[in-house]
Amino acid sequence: MRVSPGATAPSIAAFSVTVHAAGLDFGGAPLFEALDLKLEAGSWTCLLGPSGVGKTSLLRLIAGLIEPWPGSTIACSDGGPIAGRIAYMAQQDLLLPWLSALDNVLLGARLRRETIDGAIRERARWLLARVGLAEKLAALPASLSGGQRQRVALARTLFEARPLVLMDEPFSALDAITRHQLQALGAELLHGATVLHVTHDPWEALRLADRLYVMSGAPARLGDLVVPPGAPPRDVAAAGLAARHAELLTLLAAGLREAA
Amino acid sequence: MAWVRGIVVVLGLVAVWQAVIGLTGVPEFILPPPLDVARALAADASLLAEHSAVTLAEILIGLACGAALGAATALAMAAWRPARDWILPVIVASQAIPVFALAPILVLWLGFDLWPKIAMATLIIYFPVASSFFDGLRRTEPGYLDLARTMGAARGTMLRRIRVPAALPALASGLRVGVAVAPIGAVVGEWVGASAGLGHLMLHAKARVETPRMFAALILLAVIGVALYLAADWLLRRAVAWHTESNPAED
Repeated sequence: MRVSPGATAPSIAAFSVTVHAAGLDFGGAPLFEALDLKLEAGSWTCLLGPSGVGKTSLLRLIAGLIEPWPGSTIACSDGGPIAGRIAYMAQQDLLLPWLSALDNVLLGARLRRETIDGAIRERARWLLARVGLAEKLAALPASLSGGQRQRVALARTLFEARPLVLMDEPFSALDAITRHQLQALGAELLHGATVLHVTHDPWEALRLADRLYVMSGAPARLGDLVVPPGAPPRDVAAAGLAARHAELLTLLAAGLREAA
Repeated sequence: MAWVRGIVVVLGLVAVWQAVIGLTGVPEFILPPPLDVARALAADASLLAEHSAVTLAEILIGLACGAALGAATALAMAAWRPARDWILPVIVASQAIPVFALAPILVLWLGFDLWPKIAMATLIIYFPVASSFFDGLRRTEPGYLDLARTMGAARGTMLRRIRVPAALPALASGLRVGVAVAPIGAVVGEWVGASAGLGHLMLHAKARVETPRMFAALILLAVIGVALYLAADWLLRRAVAWHTESNPAED
């Protein structure tokens, strides 16, 4: 199959994902039980909440990296499996230090033992150019800055061209400026994919989310929030966003008190 | 700078050596002066070279065998759970037997030529290589494995593409230790029974109280050991150049 350089995630039909009655233990105590979450097809869902509330565990559960309680179900609206249709991006860039930027982007294809021909290489190069690293194809991760490394990780996520993208605080280790740039880039390049984005940063959530959930309590519950108007990535200076930010902070602080 | 330091250290050691003789008046058949040893090195050059070549061959073949066997064992233990459960305790327990105690048995079994020495060197190298590499294979960054799983990697591919490359710095540490101890294996083998090699030459010279020749052989052994280590270190650094090192002294 020849993939045109222009094809990113939206080239594959998006589907919604429904998590139902999910339960999970962490260190002997239930992290959450009977938890329901729906990721709408083609929309960007942000999951906010204090550290340790179980956001990452929920994401890993959807990614198939941990086993939930029996009775928990995760279903895709098109009836297909989750496995093989996700791209995962973590807080650490997880670039393999012995591979160049280009080879890191090609990692998924290598791991699936796909034949890597000129067209596939061309697409990886094109994606690296899209994230602003056209000059760094041969660079090893150690010679890149934190922002550049996370850009490579974003290019690798896009290269996977999966309809479901799971991001676990992908921008939180970056400085404010780089984070701002990468948020915009991510929103642009992942437009049309079904995204679950775990974050602890209310600004980030308000900027990027089509759907916004706050996770709090022990066992954790999800609160569905109204998102600000306008298409992401939203201008943080927009009217009303600061007020929403303050609201969210209050909500998160209340969640923290409850957990304590 | 490293060269200058090396030369200074060698000259310093020679000076201490000469000073000890001057201060204690120790007879030269116990501790010959450096100049006598230098003369022995020059006079016996061809003999020493011949025996050095034998010892070096034993060390290099032993290194290749020990490294290959050690790496293969680590890979088998990483790839296959029962291999780990059965082999690991045996390897650890086997370390309770001093390799030196095996030398006479190996000579008995394998004869007086190269083979028992190669076997000794192999045995002594095997453990550091196998245990370091296996440790490295076990300590793969969990995030890499998560990522590989979400990308649909099969177990074998994950081992080959993620765990093995990530463990190469650990393997390199094991190989450095192996290179440093390999000469011990070869020389102990030669002491127990040999017809050639620097260890054999030393025993021979000792029996005839040719102490300068003993010291000449000893110096050549040290040179072989240091040269091997430097060469291995140089090669291994290049092989895992992506692995960034930090110097604790610069914290």
